[in-house]
Amino acid sequence: MVEDAELSGQTTFTTRGLTKVYGTGPAAVHALRGVDLDIPRGEIVVLLGPSGSGKSTLLNIIGGLDRATDGEAFFEDQNLSQMNDRALTLYRRDHVGFVFQFYNLMPSLTARENVELVTEIAENPMDVEQALRLVGLGERMDHFPAQMSGGEQQRVAIARAIAKNPTVLFCDEPTGALDSTTGRAVLHVINDINRELGATVMIVTHAAATAQMAHRVIHFADGAIRAVEENDHRVSPDEIAW
Amino acid sequence: MSALNHKLLRDLWRIKGQAGAIALVVAVGVLLLVMMSGMISSLEETRRTYYERYRLADVFAPVVRAPQNILDRLAEIPGVDAVEGRIQGSALVEIAGQDLPVRAQVVSLPPWREARLNGVYLADGRMPQAGRTEEVLVLKSFAGAHGLGLGDHLSATMYGNRRAFRIVGIAQAPEFLFTTAPGEFVPDAARFAVLWMNQDALEAAYDLKGAFNEALLSLERGARVEPVLAAADALLDRYGGLGAYGLADQMSNRFLSEEIKGLRTTSAAVPPIFMGVAAFLLYIVVSRMVQAEREQIGLIKAFGYTDWEVSMHYFKLVVSIAVFGAALGCAGGVWSGRLLAGVYQSIYHFPFLVFRVEPSAFVSGVSVSVLAAMAGGLFVLRQVFALTPAVAMRPPAPADYSRTGAMHQSLKRWLDQPSRMVLRRVLRNPGRIFGAVLGIAAGMGLSSAQMSVMSGFNDALSQTFDVIDRSDVTVTFFEQMPEKTAFALKHVPGVIEVEPTRAVGAVLRHGTNSYRGGVTGLVADARLNRAVDADQAEIAMPDDGIVLATALADILKVEPGDTVTIEVLEGRRPVLEMPVARIADTMLGAPAFVRMDVLNRAMNEPGRISGAYLRVDSEQYPGLFAALKQVPSVAGVTRKSDARAAMKKLMDTGAGTMRFVMAAIAGIITFGIVYNSARISFGEQSRDLASLRVMGFTQGEASFILLGELAIVVFLAIPLGVGVGYGLSFLVAEGFSTDIYQIPTAFRPDAYGAAGAAVVVAAVISGWLVKRDIQKVDLVATLKTRE
Repeated sequence: MVEDAELSGQTTFTTRGLTKVYGTGPAAVHALRGVDLDIPRGEIVVLLGPSGSGKSTLLNIIGGLDRATDGEAFFEDQNLSQMNDRALTLYRRDHVGFVFQFYNLMPSLTARENVELVTEIAENPMDVEQALRLVGLGERMDHFPAQMSGGEQQRVAIARAIAKNPTVLFCDEPTGALDSTTGRAVLHVINDINRELGATVMIVTHAAATAQMAHRVIHFADGAIRAVEENDHRVSPDEIAW
Repeated sequence: MSALNHKLLRDLWRIKGQAGAIALVVAVGVLLLVMMSGMISSLEETRRTYYERYRLADVFAPVVRAPQNILDRLAEIPGVDAVEGRIQGSALVEIAGQDLPVRAQVVSLPPWREARLNGVYLADGRMPQAGRTEEVLVLKSFAGAHGLGLGDHLSATMYGNRRAFRIVGIAQAPEFLFTTAPGEFVPDAARFAVLWMNQDALEAAYDLKGAFNEALLSLERGARVEPVLAAADALLDRYGGLGAYGLADQMSNRFLSEEIKGLRTTSAAVPPIFMGVAAFLLYIVVSRMVQAEREQIGLIKAFGYTDWEVSMHYFKLVVSIAVFGAALGCAGGVWSGRLLAGVYQSIYHFPFLVFRVEPSAFVSGVSVSVLAAMAGGLFVLRQVFALTPAVAMRPPAPADYSRTGAMHQSLKRWLDQPSRMVLRRVLRNPGRIFGAVLGIAAGMGLSSAQMSVMSGFNDALSQTFDVIDRSDVTVTFFEQMPEKTAFALKHVPGVIEVEPTRAVGAVLRHGTNSYRGGVTGLVADARLNRAVDADQAEIAMPDDGIVLATALADILKVEPGDTVTIEVLEGRRPVLEMPVARIADTMLGAPAFVRMDVLNRAMNEPGRISGAYLRVDSEQYPGLFAALKQVPSVAGVTRKSDARAAMKKLMDTGAGTMRFVMAAIAGIITFGIVYNSARISFGEQSRDLASLRVMGFTQGEASFILLGELAIVVFLAIPLGVGVGYGLSFLVAEGFSTDIYQIPTAFRPDAYGAAGAAVVVAAVISGWLVKRDIQKVDLVATLKTRE
């Protein structure tokens, strides 16, 4: 069981014995093997590890996109493991922002409308234009995705993720499809959001250098946490060696 | 098997739902094609064989009374191959247990030899022996309807003389493929009989010793009919020739010809719609597939496959679906053709009717579907050619919607983002949406038109039996009688009202157009049988002039004010000229009406009648019919309810099935289109849908984006389908209308409602199938793969 102290508002996520198995029998793949984790509120956490080490699986479970096979995952004091689809949908709607490697914008909506898509259903959204200005796209709000560069599209995706004032922001390889300059700019935006909105940010990445901007770095291997480092010497994204 | 062919099989399996829906559309088109063209060739071939084997005449020349030796003169007419003279007439047949006498046609059989023309097919028993005047053959359908068999007895009244007969044979004949009681249009096996008996029996009954009253002529191969008709008329004129006519005008043959003509029209018009829809579907499905597989295509091309080899791969996919559908359609066509042959055999009395499909029908079914598929595939080839390996290997840029953006300012206040997504997709792919709308509208139009024509039949029924004919019983006499005969009928117990009528056979002409029918004389203030106009208001019979049914006016190409020539075929056979006074709205037959006293004056036969309409007390039917049977001049008694029931039965035989088939057609086309459009839109938007789900949209909210588009398509298609159906209903009604019956065209909400409901049901089912797929989407996998 999770101690009350751990739910006292200091942690955003807590997991105990979190296990995820794909398939059954001899073909079964253990993506997570009993992960215990506490993520403090307001931190930038970077999850590092090779492909298939379980970091994305963890992100998907605590992001409400997938369910654990065993163990428990808490968002603040809510047990995600016990939520039905409907409750998970509401959890994502109210608390979670996602940024993916492949932007996933709606090509049929302009930048502004892509953001409005979220603000229309969120409980406590920020102003759409403010969200777009935060990512430096104040000028291109009425452009369609097809009229934007990859970096711009990713920034719209981030604006869309933060416009609901999310409690947590999940970024799965946010810079994977971008060149170094654009990638840095995107990380900058993520950093600002963490600082200005106080959102907990979790970044899954292959790019180890990204860890330099994190409060905390979690190393994954074979479905388990190998090491957790607290980073006392955070650097600005501008200074990250790509 | 090559690797690409492996891919082909797997692709087919992967898109089996869509491929199946398209194959179904192809199959229905081919099924209809094979079934109808098979039915046409089966009917035509059977008819040809039957006519040939039983030597059906090419020319029929009725006459009052002509001596046998005239036959030799007829045989000398150039182009005439064989001649036969016979006696035929009408009779009333009485069967034990039946209160109403049955009208019959009696036909003579030559003694000691087989008939040279119009032979008889003996289904059971034997021919009457020469000299045995009490032996008869009975038409098989009539015998069947009354359970009559060999050795049974019946009595027939001919020319007022009642005689007893014994059945020695059950027969069928090519001239009686389709039999209706005189003046009726619908076959009713129980209410019309044909009896064949020895010539001497009929000579006695009709007082025609050594004479005949109908000459039959067959023509040499290639001989023209018209000169022979003219020559026969000239020869028979002094014997009371009633106007020779060709096989084309022979009642039974004409009904069958009209039926074949209707089948031919439908088989030419309907399958192309299915093929067009199939081509469109294959185009959108394979085009989407090429887009989704652009990387694979690039890769295959990079390996060194040529554009053609890659194109052929997709081409084969398209053709496989078409061939599969066509094969299914061919099998279904044969199966349903056999069922249809059964229906035809119950209406047309063929001794045999084998449904056989010409191999060419299969060939054209398959090739038409393959061609349609190839037409759909051709546009896709262009896309395959256009993809260079390098371009194909790069992820596609997001679909460009910037051109659809202009409208959004004005709509912004009204639409939330999901609605905008739906609207922009529709605006971005207007061609595809239009194609889908058009396809569904065509399917719906087709079925609603057919269904509205069927309700048109019902309207014809009620107009004929409720508005025009308000009598209960119609009595016809053997020959024209003095008017007092009608009033004598008033004293028959049960008769409430009597309205005399005078009908004469006539050929009506206007310019080069002519019609062999009759003229009906109606009393001045007719109440029981009337002529009505298009608004169903009674037309008063004019002092001078004739009232023509719409169908007859169309045939003769006349309008009120024109003059028609009427060659009366009875009495002193006057040729009359009469102005057309009005056009009457009739749906059955092509009658012409004249005031009875005007007609009689023109005939120089004042006060003569040929029949009467009766209004009777229905509780006294049995006594009434028994009394009518005793009246020697009565040749026929028809109860309106029987005629109506026969007509209703004929319509219901096909109508129920037809309604179902037509709704199924609308449903299948809609399902094919909606399901495929939905699958494609789902394929294109699965990422968007997954994103929405991740952002916290519920399944219902996410489905809206996908299903909203389909709703728009269906929403646009239904009113268009009503329009298309309304337009088509005129064509279909025109195609089905003949001088035998006219189908009124009007807007029929029930038909459009049924077709529209079929569309909605099909749309809901396909929407549900696709929504199930949305639920199965793996959010994470979708979002993390590059499109």
